[in-house]
Amino acid sequence: MKLLNFANMRRSKDSSDRVGQFMLVSYIILFLLFLVLPLGSLISKSLQNKNGDFVGLANYNLYLQEPALFQSLYNSLFVAVSSTVIVVILAFLFSYALTRTCMPFKGFFRLIALIPLLSPSILAAIALVYWFGNQGILKEVLLGKSIYGPIGIIMASVYWTFPHALIILTTSLSLSDSRLYEAAEVLKTSKLRAFFTITIPGARYGIISTAFVIFTQVFTDFGVPKVIGGNYNVLATDIYKEVVGMQNFQMGAVISMVLLVPAMIAFFIDRYSRKKQISLLTSRSVVFKPKKHFKVDMIMLCFCSVLALIIILMIGMAQYGAIVKFWPYNLNFTLKNYNFEVAGLGWDSFYNSVRLAFYAAIFGTIIIFIGSYLIEKLRINEGTRNLVQFFALMPMAVPGLVLGLAYIFFFNAKDNPLNFIYATMIILVVNTIVHFYTVSHLTAITALKQMDKEFESVSLSLKIPIYKMFWRVTLPVCLPPIFDISIYLFVNAMTTVSGVIFLYSYDTTLASVSAIHLDEQGEVAKAAAMAMLIVYVSVAVRLTHTIITKKVLRKTQAWRYNIIDSN
Amino acid sequence: MGSISNSYLETKNLSKSFGSFQAIKDISISIKEGEFVCFLGPSGCGKTTLLRCIAGLEIQSAGMVFQKDLDISNLPPSNRDFGIVFQSYALFPNLNVFSNISYGLINNKWKKDDVKRRVDELLELVNLTDHAKKYPSQLSGGEQQRVALSRALATSPGLLLLDEPLSALDAKVRVFLRKQIRDLQRKLGVTTIMVTHDQEEAQTMADRIFVMKDGEIIQSGTPNEIYTKANSPFIASFIGSMNFFPAVISNSNQVRCNNVEIYCDTADFKKDDSVQIAIRPEDIQLKKENSDDNILPAKIRDIEFLGSFQRVYFESNNITKDLIIVDVPSVNARKIKLMPNQEMDLYFSREDIRVYPG
Repeated sequence: MKLLNFANMRRSKDSSDRVGQFMLVSYIILFLLFLVLPLGSLISKSLQNKNGDFVGLANYNLYLQEPALFQSLYNSLFVAVSSTVIVVILAFLFSYALTRTCMPFKGFFRLIALIPLLSPSILAAIALVYWFGNQGILKEVLLGKSIYGPIGIIMASVYWTFPHALIILTTSLSLSDSRLYEAAEVLKTSKLRAFFTITIPGARYGIISTAFVIFTQVFTDFGVPKVIGGNYNVLATDIYKEVVGMQNFQMGAVISMVLLVPAMIAFFIDRYSRKKQISLLTSRSVVFKPKKHFKVDMIMLCFCSVLALIIILMIGMAQYGAIVKFWPYNLNFTLKNYNFEVAGLGWDSFYNSVRLAFYAAIFGTIIIFIGSYLIEKLRINEGTRNLVQFFALMPMAVPGLVLGLAYIFFFNAKDNPLNFIYATMIILVVNTIVHFYTVSHLTAITALKQMDKEFESVSLSLKIPIYKMFWRVTLPVCLPPIFDISIYLFVNAMTTVSGVIFLYSYDTTLASVSAIHLDEQGEVAKAAAMAMLIVYVSVAVRLTHTIITKKVLRKTQAWRYNIIDSN
Repeated sequence: MGSISNSYLETKNLSKSFGSFQAIKDISISIKEGEFVCFLGPSGCGKTTLLRCIAGLEIQSAGMVFQKDLDISNLPPSNRDFGIVFQSYALFPNLNVFSNISYGLINNKWKKDDVKRRVDELLELVNLTDHAKKYPSQLSGGEQQRVALSRALATSPGLLLLDEPLSALDAKVRVFLRKQIRDLQRKLGVTTIMVTHDQEEAQTMADRIFVMKDGEIIQSGTPNEIYTKANSPFIASFIGSMNFFPAVISNSNQVRCNNVEIYCDTADFKKDDSVQIAIRPEDIQLKKENSDDNILPAKIRDIEFLGSFQRVYFESNNITKDLIIVDVPSVNARKIKLMPNQEMDLYFSREDIRVYPG
């Protein structure tokens, strides 16, 4: 018995296993440094007074006794819930039209609907100012109500969150078994009853998931209420005011916690409902193919046309506003609004944004893909694996504003050896990668799960080191999702506001942040111009991505396009 | 004998637990060089875990593995000498057939010409010469599995491991590949371990079968030994079909089922022991062959046509409430003209009856 134990103790592992274990441990350290510890310092800040002494929940008490601050919580909840209800209904109908009807021009509508993804959220707010603002053309439509306030916030929020909802709902609606509908028809079920007994229950988890995602996005968004909120305070703008305006970091931390908790709850409900969704479709299901139904198809065509028109009018107005001389008095075209020197800014912030986006896309993709590979494919300690998996999911639950504030508290501390990254491009890149880690990570995991789990075993039996097989098989096969991840990181780095609003410095101003400041200074046309610059880059990158996908991938993915019956 | 010098691969008291679940328990086996053995058992019996421990893909909780008398228990899979084929083929989708097969060769610093020669040789061996340039997705399941087999054999490993290699294939392809794998194995003389839950597969392919249940090996032997001398009712019913009757030993070489006396070999039992007697459907005759055969009057309830033989279900309330299954070769059945409700006597020899503890 003793001998056996001894044998177990000196059991050697593959060198690749050891390297994998070592790398995962370094991931844990990175997550601790750039996610867990900053959040920890945020929490401890909320429990301290101005001198840094521990005061327990005193700050929270103060918060509860301040009716103005409390009002903001109510306001945040109000705009978030209203926007969520509207978006879920609109996006559900839109994705129903895309997946379940024979409406014409589906490709076109899908493309238009995704446009808001390419712009920062403030672009919608700026466009609304042009449409319904004090000098807006359609001001009268609001019947004397101001666009600056909940109406504007809700409208802009609906615009920019719409594609996010559409993506989730389209996925969940396209996962349906046509056999269920055939069974219903054979049993003489009416179309309406089939809709309520098959379609809605089938998409149930998708709807729940969408609702919580949209709720969190609106609840934690900073850009829109900043630009179009007027005197209508929400939590996100309160944090900004406390921190930047009044230098009251403790109260900023307290409000961050108030923002964090609902976001966390929403995150866990969303995760739970996504897990349920997967099990709905089995490999034996037959994918649903819609049948022509003239009346429904035409109604849906009208509906989608109206939404598409609104989207085009929104981005169109932002573009129009950016190139007219002096709205609404002189409508001649000009490019002078793209000259930001006048506002003391120059184009530096734009270049900084592009640099940030490139760095985040390149380093983020490498780090995230390797991380997910380690978790998914290597034989490693179960505890380590679960811990890294948990860390990888955590950023989704942390609003950008909260993460940004946490970074200030952590990295600006004098005794932190990492203090040197404060106010540099590095901290912006790190923050962006961490902020958008989860979605990229899940994309990578999904792609890796589709690969045969025995590839690694085969390689070991053929004495091929894991890294070689990673390079020769895993990477080429996963190239499409890898491109998707890098594009996702790039566009989000270009458009994000909330994550970086506290972290930029004089040398690292960013386009999206500049747009907010320009708007603050009353330079709305310049703000629109800056926001549109972001759109141009996003569009250019998307187009390049499409071309690369078509050309390069055709070479490396030849095996995908060659599925012919050899017999 | 299982002495170390005589065996190519040997496990000693091998155990593996996943948490509190013991997947395999204290397994000691020995496999000779060039032998084709099967681990056979229902799903969840631990057969795949045993294979993966031998490969080093799972790390055993206790026990040792020897290959050619060398202790390989603690070696990682990359330092062991084996090739493996999985149920899912696990072919690299972005590499064509040639690159898949040469995958392991290139790493071993082979010359380009040698690699080409070796791959061509393997492709010819599995009749896929024309498919070298194709991608896995362009091949049928059977073809993919032959590529996977070639890839595993490319580096001429001393041990070939097959993890349910035929389970994902159609019935016809399965029968064809059974023979091809078996022929290939004989030709190359490579020691082979196959895991399967299909008793027919094990019977037709293996030199020796290890039957597993609940993480333990409950019987080992040649296919014929396992079939004719199954040491438990579980194996007897898992491998082929079997009729069971509860009985009590009534005398030396005599048991009583209900109120029928049956003559059989009861050497291992005492009088009044309760037992189960078992007889295979093909060992029950409709005509008397030996003078001392047991005779049982019965009535036909149902007939199934199964091609080369017919399965006839008899009712005989004197011996059991269950139906008695009798397989009659179709040639004979046609002569006798069997009909439902027909009454006739069944005959079975005392040598064909097996007796298990009840």
